[in-house]
Amino acid sequence: MNVTVNGRQHAFDGDPSMPLLWYLRDELGLTGTKFGCGIAECGACTVHVDGEAVRACATPMSGVADRKVTTIEGLSPDGSHPVQKAWHALNVPQCGFCQAGQIMQAAAMLAANKNPSEAEINQTMAGNICRCGCYQRISAAIKSAITGA
Amino acid sequence: MKTIIENVSRRRFIVGAGGLVIAAQFISLKSFAEMHEDYKTGAGAMPHGVVTDPHVFVTIDKNGLVTIIASRAEMGTGAARTTLPLIVADELEADWSRVRIKQSPGNEERYGNQDTDGSRSVRHFIQPMRHIGASVRLMLAMAAAKHWGVDVSDVEAKNHEIINKKTGAKIGYGAVAVEAMALPAPSADQVTLKTADQFRYIGKGTIKPVDQKDIIMGKAVYGIDAKVPGMRFAVVARPPVFGGKMVSYDDSATMKVPGVEKVVVIEGTPAPAKFAPLGGVAVVAKNTWAAMQGRDALKITWDDGPHAVYDSATYRTQMEETARKPGVVVRNDGDAEKALASAAKVVTAEYYLPHISHAQMEPVSATAHFANGKLEVWAPLQSPGGTRDELAKKLGIKPEDVTVHELLLGGGFGRKSKCDYAIEAALLSKAVGAPVKVIWTREDDIQHDFFHTVSVERIDAGLDQSGKVVAWRHRSVAPTIFALFVPDPKHESALEMGMGLVDNPFDIPNLRCENGEAEAHTRIGWFRSVSNIPHGFAVQCMVAEIAQAAGRDPKDMLIELIGPPRIVDPRKSQDVKDFWNYGDPFESYPIDTARLRGVVELAAEKSDWGKPLPPRHGRGIAVHRSFLTYVATVVEVAVDEKGKLTVPRVVTAVDAGFIANPERVHSQMEGAAVMGYALARYGEISFKNGRAQQGNFDTYKVTRINESPAQTEVHMVPHGLDVPSSGIGEPGVPPFAPALCNAIFAACGKRIRSLPIGDQLST
Repeated sequence: MNVTVNGRQHAFDGDPSMPLLWYLRDELGLTGTKFGCGIAECGACTVHVDGEAVRACATPMSGVADRKVTTIEGLSPDGSHPVQKAWHALNVPQCGFCQAGQIMQAAAMLAANKNPSEAEINQTMAGNICRCGCYQRISAAIKSAITGA
Repeated sequence: MKTIIENVSRRRFIVGAGGLVIAAQFISLKSFAEMHEDYKTGAGAMPHGVVTDPHVFVTIDKNGLVTIIASRAEMGTGAARTTLPLIVADELEADWSRVRIKQSPGNEERYGNQDTDGSRSVRHFIQPMRHIGASVRLMLAMAAAKHWGVDVSDVEAKNHEIINKKTGAKIGYGAVAVEAMALPAPSADQVTLKTADQFRYIGKGTIKPVDQKDIIMGKAVYGIDAKVPGMRFAVVARPPVFGGKMVSYDDSATMKVPGVEKVVVIEGTPAPAKFAPLGGVAVVAKNTWAAMQGRDALKITWDDGPHAVYDSATYRTQMEETARKPGVVVRNDGDAEKALASAAKVVTAEYYLPHISHAQMEPVSATAHFANGKLEVWAPLQSPGGTRDELAKKLGIKPEDVTVHELLLGGGFGRKSKCDYAIEAALLSKAVGAPVKVIWTREDDIQHDFFHTVSVERIDAGLDQSGKVVAWRHRSVAPTIFALFVPDPKHESALEMGMGLVDNPFDIPNLRCENGEAEAHTRIGWFRSVSNIPHGFAVQCMVAEIAQAAGRDPKDMLIELIGPPRIVDPRKSQDVKDFWNYGDPFESYPIDTARLRGVVELAAEKSDWGKPLPPRHGRGIAVHRSFLTYVATVVEVAVDEKGKLTVPRVVTAVDAGFIANPERVHSQMEGAAVMGYALARYGEISFKNGRAQQGNFDTYKVTRINESPAQTEVHMVPHGLDVPSSGIGEPGVPPFAPALCNAIFAACGKRIRSLPIGDQLST
């Protein structure tokens, strides 16, 4: 099978049940996508598959055959995605480990809905855990990315 | 008999025959501390103390690029890689855009103490870092003065240049770097520190966290991200019960899993095992997934050992019974027994706080390569220097033959102070003859944690006719962290009792603290703010309970109990042994009730305390001094008819002395509210048959964005450099849970005495 990751096509002939997460991290060395739980509970491994946010830890390789995967490394070449810019402006991260997943989730949400309500933001982002507790800034950064302020 | 325990949380203690800590050993620190420090800290008493040699921490290249060494662990507070370096840069008069940060390896002989816990980084290192920066500034000035043939007093450093004050000529740092850095370090009395009005970065909060750009682009490298050519991946099946052992195993199915290469037995260490691995059976494979599949296919027979019967519900009952009987008296002012017996009213409450797990977002992980008698390790470590020593000991090699590469920590909260995972990686690399990365799954991380202690706190307060508190008896029962280091002492250590028990600041004439016996049935470790969590919860909930009994406003009651401005010195109380004051001199960091009261007043004022709220809303207040910092928190909650809890607003007031980086202090306090909410609302690891019952975020819940405090405001008490900087990473946590539970009571009349809140509010 083939899978496209950040615009590059790769052939894969390993275990089709292997989660995309471990393929990205162990085989491609794309360690920006993080392991946090392995059961789609924390969102640290969030990537885009054909533009939609999915949890790479619970997505088998068989599920991404001939599909386009974007990881945090491929979101923008220089950190210039509006979500990344807002994150930087508001100093969102603390330890930062969950932030790739948070950013990928937020970016997918805004791609699908340019102006989510507070309730929609909370609902969509509730799958992404931040143990340092950056939620107040995550929320503010998303709102800032929406308005471009 | 006395034994010096080295490396106990990298603090150094003398332990008496009974196992209780009887004295902290203070080692004198000469030159810098004596000649230069405005105030003394306990930094010099830490293992390997403080290094202030500028050559160790700063290099400047010919282009003027300044490289500052970060020698402590960066786990999200910003202290190690942003705040301490910006302090150096400021005193150095460096232009921050021309500064790079380089992480040091673990090596305390060279860098001084690297143990990043106890909220010590800025507290212990602001002055040494200032000294280092100012030393290099002087060295640059001396080199430029020599270049111009003038006296050093005729030049000054300004924004990456040296200016000749007589001629106005300027020379860049790069142009004199080689000559300057070839100079010996100036003696302490030659170095002049800046005055606060000269600061460019210190105290401003304008510097972006150093790794932030890399983090948001996915380029930041955490411990779990280490890449070493040829590395294998391993997961370990560990004994499900603490103290258990593997009896036999069958790996025939494991070896058939594609990608699995080897199965290796790791020996456990009998208690007290400090940070040694739990032991078990490791599966080494070509990738993490294969290793996990291989582990699932192992058939292992375990001997569960002496803690096989550990049941946390039964244990709770046992602890409650202990708390209802007299314990060892650990502080005794006046005669609390007599005063309670003659009190007009006695208020009694018992509080329970279960074990909790750190659940930092990055599960522990380490990569090791052992070859030719030498070991290299890449890992996220709170104590990279201490880990190096532990690894050398375990492998029977010299510390010089161990290189510990410190990578970013995806959270720590105390878990990554314990290097069992790095030892596992080293043993596995040695066994398979290749680099090995050990991955802990989330279940591994939660179920084999060094758990926060479990505790029963019972307080009896006696009130006189006028409603004034005249007696206070606090019995604390909790297994001790020290069971890691010595045969289980079954009593809280002086360190634990110094975290909110014997340092009670209240103005009560008859005050007695007792400590009952409690055995450790699992690995107890320190969790962000440690024993301040149970002690602070009990004391601060009790204040509100007394206020209710006396028909008083809880904030007024709190202010009354804090009493007049004074220094409370627990060393002057009877039966207080080895009051440790977080390892710092009491003279520099006394317990100052004026500052304690100050944060209460500030939080109350900013939170509109006393102003009306909508129905089923309530405010709660709590204050706690920990890590030498005073924090008061007001939580506002709403509890609807069905018991649904929301937190619309949190107001926190912080007095941490001089604040070097207010922006990161703000983020720590915001985060402390979120972590405080998690432990109050959900935090519980329960045990049955010795096994932790929770394993992942589905069963061990933490705060999510849709329930997190909506707004956390942070107010810092402004101080100059004359008030020593104190801890920041931990002190925000202890007051949150009691403020929350006091708010819940105010909102709906339900008093929570047992954490977590769970579904106690459901009707």
